[in-house]
Amino acid sequence: MSMVLIAIATLLTIAMIGAAWVTIRAKKVATAMLAAGLVSLFASVMFLFLAAPDVAMTEAAIGSGLTTFLFFFVLGRVRGGSDD
Amino acid sequence: MIRNFAVFLLLLGLGAIFLHLLDGYVPASELNQTARYYAEHTAQDLGAANIVTAIIVTYRGLDTLGEVTVLFLASTIIGMVLAQGSKRQRALQRKLPASGELLTTGSRLLVPLILLFGAYVFVNGHLTPGGGFQGGAIIASAALLVLLTDPLKRFSHKLIALVESISGLVFVGVGVLGMLLAGGFLDNRILPTGEFGALFSAGAIPLIYSFVGLKVGAEFTSMLTNLAETEKS
Repeated sequence: MSMVLIAIATLLTIAMIGAAWVTIRAKKVATAMLAAGLVSLFASVMFLFLAAPDVAMTEAAIGSGLTTFLFFFVLGRVRGGSDD
Repeated sequence: MIRNFAVFLLLLGLGAIFLHLLDGYVPASELNQTARYYAEHTAQDLGAANIVTAIIVTYRGLDTLGEVTVLFLASTIIGMVLAQGSKRQRALQRKLPASGELLTTGSRLLVPLILLFGAYVFVNGHLTPGGGFQGGAIIASAALLVLLTDPLKRFSHKLIALVESISGLVFVGVGVLGMLLAGGFLDNRILPTGEFGALFSAGAIPLIYSFVGLKVGAEFTSMLTNLAETEKS
């Protein structure tokens, strides 16, 4: 890997750890969900750097796309209900 | 206090283990035996340009069948669990605020394109990165966009179940055909391997992966539909 790639990968790692920290520390549930999705998004870019485009696509589609929206979906349902 | 100390000690131990792993890490300079076999034989034996797809669909096809089965079980169980809550209060539907103009127009434009892209990803699974699972997830995200725009939109359960069952049957059927006509279960050489890198090549891989894509897409869509139909208020 060239220097630039190493620098970008290091930045990505720091951003991932930061987003994960926000996920467990956030006061609002919605913020935590978005931050968790962000971890997946950074992870998928990381997989691309590690020459695994197939895994990167899965991570981006399921990890950061579907899962995040599924969480929001369920959050909306839970808030809308009165007997939860 | 003591609990915190125990957690700290545990973390320290984990850190020591990982440090040891990192310390002894030497990047592999050449492929190991299994990987070398795949890298050298995939192109001439199976005719697939994407080695990952060849491994997933042919060499480790049984594992993929297992994965698809696990996904099927998960979506079935979600349907079973949520079906209990959805029967009551069917008539009483919550008034929802209308979706924004941006979301409505954007989804009308994007949904066909997303569906097309999903189909592209799983049809070209043997040539480019991606395949059935990724394409299926992309197709399900189109269904998700439709549901976001109109939460009361209902997909046909019959259609989803039909697509899923037919895909599963074709997947297993092609696998059994491989046993009868070629080397073994899910062998892709029941169809001619064709010209390397062409769309209709790599034997049965595009066929199998297309049906895997449809199956995964149908499963995710059924999960989302079941979630959307659970009226809680």
